[in-house]
Amino acid sequence: MSFVADSWHLFQRHLLATLRLPIWIAITLVQPIIWLGLFGQLFRRVVDIPGFETTTYIEFLTPGVVVMNALFGAAWSGMGLINDLQEGVVDRMLATPVRRGALIAARVLHASFTIGIQSLIILALGLALGAHFASGILGALTTLIPAMLLGAAFAALSSGIALMTRREETLIAIVNFFGLPLSFLSASFMSAALMPDWVRAISTVNPVNWAVTAARAAVAGNDWTTVWVNCALLAAVVIATGFFATQAFRAYRRSA
Amino acid sequence: MSTPTPPMPALIADQLTKTYRNGVQALAGVSFQVAPGEIFGLLGPNGAGKSTTVRILATLTQPDGGSARIAGHDVMTDPQAVRRTIGYVAQASGVDRWAKGRENLVLQAQLQRVPAEKIDARVDELLAWVNLTEAANRLVNTYSGGMKRRLDIAMGLVHSPSLLFLDEPTTGLDPETRAALWRDLRRLREERGLSVLLTTHYLEEADAMCDRLAIVDHGRVVAEGRPEDLKRTIGGDRVVLETSDVERALPLLRGIPGVTAAEPEDRAITVRVEHAPSVSPTLVATLAQNGVAVTSLTVARTTLDDVYLHHTGHRFDAEAVSGGKRGGRR
Repeated sequence: MSFVADSWHLFQRHLLATLRLPIWIAITLVQPIIWLGLFGQLFRRVVDIPGFETTTYIEFLTPGVVVMNALFGAAWSGMGLINDLQEGVVDRMLATPVRRGALIAARVLHASFTIGIQSLIILALGLALGAHFASGILGALTTLIPAMLLGAAFAALSSGIALMTRREETLIAIVNFFGLPLSFLSASFMSAALMPDWVRAISTVNPVNWAVTAARAAVAGNDWTTVWVNCALLAAVVIATGFFATQAFRAYRRSA
Repeated sequence: MSTPTPPMPALIADQLTKTYRNGVQALAGVSFQVAPGEIFGLLGPNGAGKSTTVRILATLTQPDGGSARIAGHDVMTDPQAVRRTIGYVAQASGVDRWAKGRENLVLQAQLQRVPAEKIDARVDELLAWVNLTEAANRLVNTYSGGMKRRLDIAMGLVHSPSLLFLDEPTTGLDPETRAALWRDLRRLREERGLSVLLTTHYLEEADAMCDRLAIVDHGRVVAEGRPEDLKRTIGGDRVVLETSDVERALPLLRGIPGVTAAEPEDRAITVRVEHAPSVSPTLVATLAQNGVAVTSLTVARTTLDDVYLHHTGHRFDAEAVSGGKRGGRR
């Protein structure tokens, strides 16, 4: 099982590097406070509009921020890979028998793992700010599953793009171009019932929306089928993007 | 070549060709062999195709044509076996700057399938061998250039490969560190008996370090052999004469036994001789007998630069890129 061993060893490398960045840890702790605090205050009154399913906006917003954090955290995952490409780390590893898929899997695992930790912080903060999760602690913890799946999918996608473009500028442009539209074409900040029809139509094929829908259903606790169907969809996306990223290694080998 | 049961070459490259997508032809048919236990050099200016050759041999790039075998394993059809056999130390070092020296080595050992119970001892031994034991638990980002290079080499050796690739190992190092590295490489061969393929654009490095070498120019091997043999085959030494009458001196010089060539160069004459110490007096005497005065005489032993000039028709210029900067790498 060299694939599992390789992935685990490489995952440890990524984790150690992250733990050695105090600024990363500080931002991880502060960012949810800004998102939940700022957005929560700014949009506080929108729950007064008929059609919102929760009584406070913070309760509505918390699963949305969990998902948005997962999206952006993972989308930048390819930056580390580009750095490794430029410093020759990837070539050094490709000249060993390491399983190619493990190079991607380790990054995906690392993105998912850090997203899991960040999501816990966001949930705790949501609770502190007065969110009430109908399905209790277990339901709230279930939101980690769609968040981590979405993170895995976008980490793999980001890694694949990194291997194909090999330039930070390109990846930055792509993430900036797609990041916010994907967030706003979902129910992260606005109830699906209140979306314009065309936005709702697009959101049904938007993986970010699948994750938000699953997360929100998990904290509501009254429709577990919705939770698992959306998680299954996300798992399919993880497999597809993981395959794409592994194929990108072949393209890299042909062209480099 | 057809001796009974010859030892298997450490490496055979046969007619490797590669053209990058942007149209730059990096290799136009590169062939050479590395014997077990020898330090073999690929010498050529930047852009000659050295790095591309090594990347193909290290299974990182696929050639368009030709084949290569390392310890009997085909680079194209059995890359996993090749990867277990080789150590690869690239020009861009490839160490993780934000990890400690020891962590880099442990991960490399894991990826190279060193049995888990042997990793600690192996890493300790290598750290001591490259004199990094005290710096082992510092982030590599704090290392000097020489320390980083020594770690690079230790990384390439962690699984006891039988063939080590060193791509431009001394580029960017100060002279002192470079000399230390040369010492380390000789020690490597003596103590570990492995084969080394190194690329360099330093003539003196190739001369000092390599048992045998191939001169690469425009994606082709133009000469291969031991440095001494390469120098001998192009006709021994070089004598530069300044005379009162170049026109008369040239045919006289060419008629002397032991002279292989005589060409005017500015106002002087460059004479190729088999052995300068024994022929030089004859040169002067012959010219004097015919009324041509010699105003100066300089003897220069043949260098690889002369070999290079002889085979390529131009002087070696490490920075003169032949055929564009290595295309397609980024």
